[in-house]
Amino acid sequence: MSRKAKYNSKSSNMTGAEMLVQCLADLGVDTVFGYPGGAVLPIYDAIFKQNQVRHILVRHEQGAVHAAEGYARSTGKVGVVLVTSGPGATNSVTGLTDAMMDSVPIVCLTGQVPTHMIGNDAFQEADTVGITRPCTKHNYLVRSVDVLCKTIQDAFYIAKAGRPGPVVVDLPKDIVMSEGKYDKAGSSFNNSKHLSYNPQIEPDPSAISRAIEAMQKAERPILYTGGGIINSGPEASVLLRELAHKTGFPITNTLMGLGSFPASDSQFLGMLGMHGTYEANMAMAECDVMVCIGARFDDRVTGKLSDFSTGSYKIHADIDPSSINKNVSVDVPIIGDSVRIISAMLEAWKTQGNKPNMSRSSPWWKKIEKWRSRECLYYKQSDEVIKPQYAIQRLHELTKNKDVYFTTEVGQHQMWAAQYLRFDEPNRWMTSGGLGTMGYGFPAAMGVQVAHPNSLVIDVAGEASLLMVIQELSTLMQHRLPVKVFLLNNEYMGMVRQWQELFHGGRYSESYMDSLPDFVKLAESFGARGLRASKPADVDKVILEMIDTDGPVIADILVDKETNVYPMIPSGAAHYEMKLGPDHGESEESADGGMASV
Amino acid sequence: MSEKIERHTMSVLVENEPGVLARVIGLFAGRGYNIESLTVAEVDVVENLSRVNLVTTGSPMIIEQIKNQLDRLVPVRTVSDLTAEGSYVERELALIKVVSIGEKRVESLRIADIFRAHVVDSENDSFVFEMTGKPSKIDAFVRLMEPLGLTEISRTGVSAMLRGKRSL
Ligand SMILES: Cc1ncc(C[n+]2csc(CCOP(=O)(O)OP(=O)(O)O)c2C)c(N)n1
Repeated sequence: MSRKAKYNSKSSNMTGAEMLVQCLADLGVDTVFGYPGGAVLPIYDAIFKQNQVRHILVRHEQGAVHAAEGYARSTGKVGVVLVTSGPGATNSVTGLTDAMMDSVPIVCLTGQVPTHMIGNDAFQEADTVGITRPCTKHNYLVRSVDVLCKTIQDAFYIAKAGRPGPVVVDLPKDIVMSEGKYDKAGSSFNNSKHLSYNPQIEPDPSAISRAIEAMQKAERPILYTGGGIINSGPEASVLLRELAHKTGFPITNTLMGLGSFPASDSQFLGMLGMHGTYEANMAMAECDVMVCIGARFDDRVTGKLSDFSTGSYKIHADIDPSSINKNVSVDVPIIGDSVRIISAMLEAWKTQGNKPNMSRSSPWWKKIEKWRSRECLYYKQSDEVIKPQYAIQRLHELTKNKDVYFTTEVGQHQMWAAQYLRFDEPNRWMTSGGLGTMGYGFPAAMGVQVAHPNSLVIDVAGEASLLMVIQELSTLMQHRLPVKVFLLNNEYMGMVRQWQELFHGGRYSESYMDSLPDFVKLAESFGARGLRASKPADVDKVILEMIDTDGPVIADILVDKETNVYPMIPSGAAHYEMKLGPDHGESEESADGGMASV
Repeated sequence: MSEKIERHTMSVLVENEPGVLARVIGLFAGRGYNIESLTVAEVDVVENLSRVNLVTTGSPMIIEQIKNQLDRLVPVRTVSDLTAEGSYVERELALIKVVSIGEKRVESLRIADIFRAHVVDSENDSFVFEMTGKPSKIDAFVRLMEPLGLTEISRTGVSAMLRGKRSL
């Protein structure tokens, strides 16, 4: 029997490795991001012999997980990773933790030493299940080829169901080499109810009524929505728009939620939180009814907890019950999926004949307009040096009508990207929010580009972050992935320097990036294109050239070295104590009070 | 936010698979929750389920978190906060070794009798008592044995169940 015929027969003997690859294909997986090694060689052999599943060879396993995250977050599908035992598995831990914090559906297949050697400190053995237990939603060690496919299917279900997250499947070498029966039509493919994991999707109607009642009476309402909207699928964003328009409520998004509501809509107050807009944070502080959907009252959002929006009645809708009453105790908890929750809210709002109760001439909107008029994102332009805000603004202007996806690294550039790129659609913005992982954006962009080969994919980067993962440029070249890196090069770990300036007496301990490479030459050494802008007048030209280049580009934008990100809730301060910064005539004197907070 | 610290007994039905206890304990260690007592054993051979009984302390918000975090673990079937659900029975088994002779030995036996503790091992100069009861009763017995030659204690931790016909 030919290999192909063997695969296609309904139920046949195959090795565990062959079954695994077939099972992935049958689950609709088209791409795996991975890196080979001894324990997974049989799986790589099976990959070699087929062409249903594409393998993208990365240059470091952390990159494989971030790439899978980019793939997952830009498509809504599960991202798949394949790495070897021991160091392969430990290198994936940062990516897994990142996916855990940001609720990204990932299935990570790890090789393991043969079953009989487990526990003997065998070569390249690591207790992968033990190490990844706290940084995965769930993990498995497969102990028999008979349960291999069932386990893979279970892993995909768990990764996606409820609040998504990463799942590890640890595969001992003897298991993937032994033979078993593959049965696609087998019972395990049925959508039978999972035995122990069935998250609540439909919200409790009485909770919805209580929420609507409060929303009707609200005089100073606000919608505060996050990544849960995006994870619920594009329909949730459509419904959210309707809810905002039907109620007239102002709306703010978290860093993870950007794009879930159009930034161009006049009801949008911008991002909230530490580097969010003044109007969003003030409205959160002074609202009387807060409607939080798919966000989790993160410390970057609340500021000093005891001073957080003390006078408001709080409605909190989330699919994960453990997110509710964790940091902030709320008045109406609603558990369920965002789509179902917003639909139910709209239904209730309409049947009760409610018109938008927040007209733009209401005292609340007038107050918000006053906060808006502070123009907190204003900055002083310069003719000599490129202001980082200006570079991002130009990047937005010159790409806004294109089919474009953005990722970021972590630091000041990430915050400027969040502030000055404006997203009108979900799934277009991928950044490491919960873990704040430097080195996320470049490999994530790679994954986005794999999923959207004809789209423009841009990683807004800082030079320190980029150097953590620069080897992936080789992956881009190999797989012809034309990712663009828009590098805001300030020669500092800018965000660290900012905190040292503001909270540590200006002592710049180890935050200067000495001995940086020439990024243009670095790009060229990989066969990619390098561009550079050193004056404000160069910026547009470089951006246009970057966009017009077919292959990968590093655009080295030499920006002002010591610009700080504003507005800012200084660490440890209340969310209404925002600093607008020197461009608004405020001083930047250092305060030691923030030193103790993270 | 209420800072009042409460003591809660919870029962958790889990799938009896390798590592499941590590998941439960890792959750408590990783998030800084207290465990005062923890017991675990298989209770359903057909469905392959184990029951974990645990006693924990925390503010009402933390207790709610613990319950929700436990429920979020994939192999967890049900979590029941017995303290929140109403009245329940709580029992613990203890083995207590007392080494003494003469008057003290006689006195330890007399008190054991009052507490309905059984002698499960005896030599000329030692007893091993077995007793079952509420943890507070065991505490009281242990305190009385201290001056009478107490040398070793082994306790199982709390096993618990709702009163009446309601089941997990
Ligand atoms: C892996 C990792 N290590 C350390 C940090 C702490 N950290 C946060 S921002 C930052 C500096 C980032 O510098 P750069 O990438 O140049 O961006 P910039 O802030 O200058 O825009 C550091 C070191 C982190 N977030 N991630």
